[in-house]
Amino acid sequence: MRDNHPPPPTSDDDHRSSSLPDLARGGQITDSSSSKTRPGPGSSSSSLPQPGSGSELQAQFPDQVLENVLENVLHFLSSRRDRNAASLVCRSWCRAEALTRSELFIGNCYAVSPRRATARFSRVRSVTVKGKPRFADFDLMPDDWGAHFAPWATALAQAYPWLEKIHLKRMSVTDEDLAVVADSFSGFRELVLVCCEGFGTRGLAAVTSKCRLLRVLEVVESLVEPVSEDEVDWVSCFPETQTHLESLVFDCVEYPVNFEALEGLVARSPGLKKLRLNRFVSMPQLYRLMLRAPQLTHLGTGSFSDSEALEQEPDYASAFAACRSLVCLSGFREIWANYLPAILPVCANLTSLNLSYADVNADQLRSVICHCRKLQILWALDSIGDEGLQAVATTCHDLRELRVFPVDAREESEGPVSEVGFEAISKGCRKLESILFFCQRMTNAAVVAMSKNCPDLLVFRLCIIGRYRPDAVTQEPMDEGFGAIVMNCRKLTRLAVSGLLTDRAFEYIGRYGKLVRTLSVAFNGDTDLALKYVLEGCPNMQKLEIRDCPFGDAALRSGLHHYYNMRFLWMSNCKLTRQACQDVARALPHLVVEVINKEDEAAVDDIELLYMYRSLDGPRDDAPQVVTILH
Amino acid sequence: MYQTKGSDENMVLSSEDSSSPDETECHLQLGLSLSLSPYATSSLSSRSRTSSHSHSVLTNNAPTSQVVGWPPLRAYRMNSYNSHAKSQVTEVFNSMVENSKANIAVVRKSSDNGSVDNSIIGKENRNPRTRSSLFVKVKMDGVPIGRKVDLSAHSSYETLAQSLEDMFNEPNTVLTCKVGLNGVNHGIIAGADRHSKLFDGSSNFVLTYEDKEGDWMLVGDVPWWMFISSVRRLRIMRTSEANGLDWKNRTAD
Repeated sequence: MRDNHPPPPTSDDDHRSSSLPDLARGGQITDSSSSKTRPGPGSSSSSLPQPGSGSELQAQFPDQVLENVLENVLHFLSSRRDRNAASLVCRSWCRAEALTRSELFIGNCYAVSPRRATARFSRVRSVTVKGKPRFADFDLMPDDWGAHFAPWATALAQAYPWLEKIHLKRMSVTDEDLAVVADSFSGFRELVLVCCEGFGTRGLAAVTSKCRLLRVLEVVESLVEPVSEDEVDWVSCFPETQTHLESLVFDCVEYPVNFEALEGLVARSPGLKKLRLNRFVSMPQLYRLMLRAPQLTHLGTGSFSDSEALEQEPDYASAFAACRSLVCLSGFREIWANYLPAILPVCANLTSLNLSYADVNADQLRSVICHCRKLQILWALDSIGDEGLQAVATTCHDLRELRVFPVDAREESEGPVSEVGFEAISKGCRKLESILFFCQRMTNAAVVAMSKNCPDLLVFRLCIIGRYRPDAVTQEPMDEGFGAIVMNCRKLTRLAVSGLLTDRAFEYIGRYGKLVRTLSVAFNGDTDLALKYVLEGCPNMQKLEIRDCPFGDAALRSGLHHYYNMRFLWMSNCKLTRQACQDVARALPHLVVEVINKEDEAAVDDIELLYMYRSLDGPRDDAPQVVTILH
Repeated sequence: MYQTKGSDENMVLSSEDSSSPDETECHLQLGLSLSLSPYATSSLSSRSRTSSHSHSVLTNNAPTSQVVGWPPLRAYRMNSYNSHAKSQVTEVFNSMVENSKANIAVVRKSSDNGSVDNSIIGKENRNPRTRSSLFVKVKMDGVPIGRKVDLSAHSSYETLAQSLEDMFNEPNTVLTCKVGLNGVNHGIIAGADRHSKLFDGSSNFVLTYEDKEGDWMLVGDVPWWMFISSVRRLRIMRTSEANGLDWKNRTAD
């Protein structure tokens, strides 16, 4: 068994007794002092020796004081990275940290079993669990692949009856799971489901009816199955009394809610600050809700249109004007552009504006954006064109995050945004930290310009929709542009590349992208060298997702030194052989190596998908038949 | 229950591009300039899609290209954007159908604005994007990873079958889809084996769906609008496994 990492150092504390009252309960470590960041070899560590005579007891007092102090100090540590580091100092620090960690973050639900996680951390009040990798969003994984919340729900219910918050991302959650949550935690306050699926209104109703102290219910970009035989009016299930609701987000729910019940709910939720409606809430209905909740800070406006032609239209602008605290606007699902001026009264204070479902043109955008001087986050459709981007660049000098989505995602389209608008943004929005930009054409010059104008970039995701498309002007590969990004944006942690790229681009990334943690590659590169550059050059790489690239076994093998440091590696439709994947699995026993073949009867070597990740608990037992776990 | 805000679009037509000599049912020929050519190139591996102009009109309303999961946009976003694109295309399609000389059983042109009240159509900037999307999962036997298809982007079995064939493009796949039209069964072969002209009229796969009651049915037995309202998911099944299905099944209204 090859072990790439030595076990963490131990101190004399290890030999102390574990019979001291409150601290000692955490003294039994069921596994080795492996932390979440490094799976060490599975070693045993059983109970510590018992105390003997009084002289030993006396000598323990200074340690007890130390541990008390430690616990108190550790309470202030919130960053999980800091906590992970603290837990590696020695066993007693590991114990103390485990006792004081109240927020549990599981980045990969299969990296550790629920039993192990709950055994180590006994006083958790908030849990975050992430399941499927991001490429699963794009139909690149079987539906029944896994990431089931059920075993976690059961374990959490048993270990943390005082649990208050659950955040899930890309997990498969059923109505039954939500019922378990609703039944198990009397003080439950916060449920956030992002990109989840498998549940419906029944599950939501279980939560709304039983969690009397609920403050936050957010269903974000999740598939709430509408074709349920027993559709339940979950909004009506909230208690009749005043609620503690601070945030209610259901903009992705694809069918109507009971508006009367919703209006009543808003009226009796004085603490409601965040309300994001789905597209079945019309403009007049929005108006009524806003009148009830002028204290809102975040508003998702629903459809922002009207299916009826009212004789007397309400003064929508006045409703917006009454919401003096509004800083974040989204929604506009079926926008009737005539209504857009209604938001003018709040533009001056807006820090976040999401128009990414609103097909507005440059003029329409300009009419509102020219007032949004404080804007920091803007999501929009490319319907605004280069002109619209210019308007943004003119006013929004404080912009930190920009996302531009395509109205028409076909590869042969003419796009309305290009390198022109892109460069304009770079000139006007110097503080940009995060950009996601879909376009049909781009030039190296514009990307280089952004790398120089926006040195604070942390996230750079450029998606040239036409695969293998070169620089629109020079016809060269886009290597130099992306090279400039990694060279000049020294803080960059997340990068997504596109267009025609040779191995050179990846050489740049390997050489300069030292802080890059997440890299997305699709239809790029020429040879194995490209992936080798990245695996050998980027010590902070955690999440590497690659599809349809000519990378093969040699490239895969070049990362053996690093895979334990990563959350996962995804390679789909590349040039891997089963043997190479097998070799990796043998070389790294704590790596779970999942492969899916192209077709049932295809040659064994036709690997459709390689998805591998480190795990403390070995291969999972809930994989569907198409998944083979190599060992 | 599907939240089509406005009137439902009920258009049942039948067209076919080529037929096997073994088919005994009669075939309707739609006098449109559109044709679902089985030879229209649709290749997953090709870098750009070449298609005849007529072919592209019908399939332009299909979401994005055939490359699975590209560009990287969640189906959730595709929902909204597709509604916008397809509402424009469907209007073109509607008018073309009306101009045709086809013997169409039922055609009901719908206002894509999704509202019964036509007087508001005159309003400025009225966004026709009120149709809800209907993404259902589709799985093909032998292919490990399923896909999703937006049924509301289609108005007939033909376009659906074509879209599915593109999605699961296999060189030797032929999709058979029987369309029942008020008691008359028509054999529709949409998409074809590139090498043969529907050799023997037999195909490797049939298109089936699971309805609201959980039963698996053959696609094409009921009018399109009825199918839309009861379909839960699709499965492209090997013909050898489809024997148990009731070919003559009629779902009650």
